[in-house]
Amino acid sequence: MKLAEKFEELKNKGEKAFVAFYVGGDPNLEISEKALEVICKHADIVEIGIPFSDPVADGITIQKADVRALSSGMNPLKAFELAKKLNEKFPNTPKVFLTYYNIIFKMGEEEFVKKCKESGIAGIIVPDLPIEEADSLYNYCKKYGVDLIFLVAPTTPDDRLKKILEKCSGFVYVVSVTGITGAREKVAEETKELIKRVKKFSKIPACVGFGISKREHVEEITEIADGAIVGSAIVKIVEKHLDENGQIKDEEKFLKELEEFIRNLKEGTKKKAKVAVKN
Amino acid sequence: MKKYKDKYPDENGKFGIYGGKFVPETLVPAITELEEAFKRFWINNEGNFREEYYALLRDYVGRPTPLYYAERLSEELGCKVYLKREDLAHLGAHKINNALGQALLAKKMGKKRVIAETGAGQHGVATAAACAKLGLECVIYMGAKDVERQKLNVFRMELMGAKVVPVFGGSQTLKDAVNEALRDWTTNVRTTYYLLGSALGPHPYPMMVREFQRVIGKEIREQILEKEGRLPDVIVACVGGGSNAIGAFYEFLDDDVELYAVEAGGKGIETGMHGASLCAGEVGVLHGAKIYVKEDEFGQIEESYSISAGLDYPGVGPELSFLKDEGRIKAVCVTDDEALEAFQLLCRLEGILPALESSHALAYAVKLANELDKDDIMVINLSGRGDKDVQTVAKALGREI
Repeated sequence: MKLAEKFEELKNKGEKAFVAFYVGGDPNLEISEKALEVICKHADIVEIGIPFSDPVADGITIQKADVRALSSGMNPLKAFELAKKLNEKFPNTPKVFLTYYNIIFKMGEEEFVKKCKESGIAGIIVPDLPIEEADSLYNYCKKYGVDLIFLVAPTTPDDRLKKILEKCSGFVYVVSVTGITGAREKVAEETKELIKRVKKFSKIPACVGFGISKREHVEEITEIADGAIVGSAIVKIVEKHLDENGQIKDEEKFLKELEEFIRNLKEGTKKKAKVAVKN
Repeated sequence: MKKYKDKYPDENGKFGIYGGKFVPETLVPAITELEEAFKRFWINNEGNFREEYYALLRDYVGRPTPLYYAERLSEELGCKVYLKREDLAHLGAHKINNALGQALLAKKMGKKRVIAETGAGQHGVATAAACAKLGLECVIYMGAKDVERQKLNVFRMELMGAKVVPVFGGSQTLKDAVNEALRDWTTNVRTTYYLLGSALGPHPYPMMVREFQRVIGKEIREQILEKEGRLPDVIVACVGGGSNAIGAFYEFLDDDVELYAVEAGGKGIETGMHGASLCAGEVGVLHGAKIYVKEDEFGQIEESYSISAGLDYPGVGPELSFLKDEGRIKAVCVTDDEALEAFQLLCRLEGILPALESSHALAYAVKLANELDKDDIMVINLSGRGDKDVQTVAKALGREI
């Protein structure tokens, strides 16, 4: 399913989007497939991280997940296979890849985008690829009908914001704070300001990520944004269930806790939206 | 190549296909701000920035550093060998040239907090000193492995008021310290200046660091003309990220001078345990720029290795990457063992303890000397002094101290 279709569907239901992030291959390919299936069942959009050795836009929680995945033998080719399988089972949950530019560059931009298309990936997020460096990837994404999702930050000035929003499709990834990924206590005031600025210039759905870790955050943020993105808080559940060898102790328990967490967060996108509809 | 100087980087911060600004969106405005500040203060010399900087180089760093004719080494190698004595700069390495330039820029920009990364510790020490001198708060990120290898430098940084933060992620070396510094910068971008230690990273850093290190080559040029009445035939410099090399080479890019960039061959290229990105790496994107990197078939950055912490980095700055492709510089490498031998050779013949980084340049110079005649002039950039490496050398030679 395309991202635009999903947002349309949610709009008709009076809901906002819950976007969940999980690193493909964490702590190994088999478990990550099961975890992503659970996520696909409840989340509206799923972000699959293709692990990179030097993820500078991410905090320590996701870096550790990348290290676990890489040491279990995860690679981009396996990520494409994983996406394909998930897409066959959950065709109505759009999936996007999040990875760093060197992974794409190494494979070749066209090859990467083509493979995304073939495995049913709806969009690509590249946190270290600013708009100035993105022309050729953007052109391939257009050619193959894959959305290229850009990030915007509180530090992004208006003129730049406009340029980014012109090229961005699917949704725009609103970075909630100046910082790296990782759970935080409160939703910052500057996040709200940034969403207002995005809304001023574009109709593209705005999803907020970085630092969103609990249902209250999701509720608060989806009052003004079109979706909430949760990453580190999900990866922390993996961390919690690891044994000393870095493997999941009790698979059933892990998947159960993950499912409850995802389901609860998704509920958070319904409550406020319904209130808004009533009003 | 004719008239290279002042052509690169282009308006997009590129050296051919290399360089650029591959950074998270949060940092883009900070980089733009830096670009503008560098233009104002360095290029347009606002507030006589350059005079202030050169005065600091003269009175605080002790520049010009000598260009020393190494008589006994020359006899041994059979050509005229000059050493550019960056080891005699304040704190014992070329790193201070860049640290002072950027710290001064940070101050002019009104930033009160400076962060930096360091491998061997030389850049950390230089940054700590520059911050102490200019009254700036200083935080240094250092791989946990390097903290262990370079205890003396950690203590020096702390004495000068810097906070040293060990980094336990990844390979616990310079690469991971850079990752951590970038994360700190992303989080504290409005108040913090990131003082990058080599001619690496997103534009404008490679250009800025080159400009602050260019003084090495300018001095070599003046000094050799005065001593020999002509330019050298060969200049040799070691390459980790590449700041001392580009500093030494830049003034000669339009001249008929052979330039050798010597990388860390570690335990031998074939073992995979090396830091030779130009010799054995591929084009990739790391730490904000397109450069030569050491990576696997999927683009994962591989760990580098070298006996010398300052060369233990899996990439080389964009300008040297470009110059290698253009054929203007020759990229070569030497092993740990060869560097250790060269280290001892200089100690024995000249009474100078070179840094292990610089020992790589020396080791290649020894090999290269076979192809040179008695009157050929070779300049070796002695990027730093080896006091910090004495423990490592002793251990490698099986001596207890």
